[in-house]
Amino acid sequence: MEQAAHGRSLFSDALRRLRSNKAALASIGVLGFIVVAAVVGPWLSPHNYFTQDYGAIWIAPTLADAHWLGTDGLGRDLFVRALEGGRISLMIGFVATLVSLIIGVAYGATAGYAGGRVDGVMMRIVDILYAMPFLFFVILLMVFFGRNILLIFVAIGAINWLDMARIVRGQTLALKQQPFIEAARMSGAPAVSIIARHIVPNLLGVVAVYITLTIPQVILFESFLSFLGLGVAEPATSWGALIKDGADEMGRAPWLLIVPAVFLAATLFCFNFIGDGLRDALDPKDR
Amino acid sequence: MLLDVRDLKVSFDTPDGVVEAVRGLDLRLAAGESVGIVGESGSGKSQSVLALMGLLADNARVSGSATLQTDTGALELIGAKRRVLERIRGARIAMIFQDPMTTLNPHLRIATQIKEVITRHRGLRGRAATKAAIEMLEAVKIPDPARRIRYYPHQFSGGMRQRVMIAMALACEPDILIADEPTTALDVTVQADILDLMAELRQRTNVALLLITHDLGVVAGQCERLLVMRHGEVVERGAIDPIFEAPAHAYTRDLLAAVPKLETPHFARASS
Ligand SMILES: Nc1ncnc2c1ncn2[C@@H]1O[C@H](COP(=O)(O)OP(=O)(O)OP(=O)(O)O)[C@@H](O)[C@H]1O
Ligand SMILES: [Mg+2]
Repeated sequence: MEQAAHGRSLFSDALRRLRSNKAALASIGVLGFIVVAAVVGPWLSPHNYFTQDYGAIWIAPTLADAHWLGTDGLGRDLFVRALEGGRISLMIGFVATLVSLIIGVAYGATAGYAGGRVDGVMMRIVDILYAMPFLFFVILLMVFFGRNILLIFVAIGAINWLDMARIVRGQTLALKQQPFIEAARMSGAPAVSIIARHIVPNLLGVVAVYITLTIPQVILFESFLSFLGLGVAEPATSWGALIKDGADEMGRAPWLLIVPAVFLAATLFCFNFIGDGLRDALDPKDR
Repeated sequence: MLLDVRDLKVSFDTPDGVVEAVRGLDLRLAAGESVGIVGESGSGKSQSVLALMGLLADNARVSGSATLQTDTGALELIGAKRRVLERIRGARIAMIFQDPMTTLNPHLRIATQIKEVITRHRGLRGRAATKAAIEMLEAVKIPDPARRIRYYPHQFSGGMRQRVMIAMALACEPDILIADEPTTALDVTVQADILDLMAELRQRTNVALLLITHDLGVVAGQCERLLVMRHGEVVERGAIDPIFEAPAHAYTRDLLAAVPKLETPHFARASS
């Protein structure tokens, strides 16, 4: 905020525009609430996500009981499990996105800036990796080595950075033609510092929008794996795993499906609205 | 001779064949001297100076020689190693461009951008670099430089941005300033201010100037000698006055005819 008094960056202008977008602002609020709840919620509850209580199975949501979102067939508290699942789902979403972001930006910016043959080789490698049936590999690996969160990160990261690299490379090719890059080269800046100081900061807008698309995509992908029974292993859980458990007991205990589904849907909605808001706010038309 | 360019040729490989952009340029520039290059669009002016800086497109082929006089003797620029050129660019030879709206990075403060050059070539950091940057903004007559240095480019007007570009170009006290149509994108009144500023700074710093323009009026006010290029070749060269009085080449006559009030171009400039 200290900078606002002296100079306004294009990015802080964009943030100001974002702040006037009601849907995006509300989404940031809701998402922030979900994240905080997922992180601190489980500690505040008297229950934990793994203790089974056979005296309290299939309890429906009620305000009269300590299990106010009910329990599952093993008597585990759904409120805590939903938040615990959120921890895992969100963590996978953020970490895998961060990994694919770092690799994708570095790779894409290098390829785009180098251009010519280097670019050709680097992007052919991306094409080849694209053609790999990673999902198939992951399923195979999990069948052999058992379920493992690390494996999920690696699998998702391995697929997602490819998109990031392509987008960043395209942007870099366009940016490279900008006179200020030419001016920087003209002032003796070496390639590394041009990429780090002049290219990457100008990718911020695209990257920000892309992050809001990737995180929900990753969360959804993890849910999909969990739904296939390939996600995190019991008793740990994720929203996808909870939804799968809930779907199995849909008739007897619909809350087991509804609660995690609402959390997941709300989170995905929020990311979409934030993404839309960011895209509008960063639209170069307004510059 | 500070800069000695001999038989510089630049051609581009394109899918439609070879484009010969520069066909044998000879140019000598003494310390503190100021030479204008004029010529129609596409005559090879920009590619000539880009060749000197080693910044041509990937499909370019260069031949000829360009030697720059340095403290350690004559240095051949054509075909020099990237590292060598990076030490020359911005430090010994600096450049300003046509469109000041797009030659500054929109996401970085002016301070960051000027300090980057100062740190790279003069080795100054932190406070010392900031102080040097503010001094440069002062030199190009930007009011309240200590505050404005924290601005981002879009907070400046076009003329101000060109002043910032000039400040950056001169920050490392280069021997040669190349100005590629430095005022074309600016308002007429702002053009005059920028030209006056350049003339003043040139006197103060004794930097040699290579001024590329379409405007013979500008050349008359700024330069001692003139090179007229057409289709990649120099068709006429010499001191300003003789060329203005009796152009030898028909093309130069056409160019002169296009300058309004050409009878008194450089007296008008000098007296303003
Ligand atoms: N990368 C390239 N590939 C092919 N041809 C090129 C390339 N770059 C420049 N040219 C050609 O080189 C010629 C000279 O271009 P140059 O930029 O030097 O013109 P100029 O005299 O600066 O013109 P202007 O006054 O419009 O700036 C032009 O015909 C242009 O089309
Ligand atoms: Mg040009």
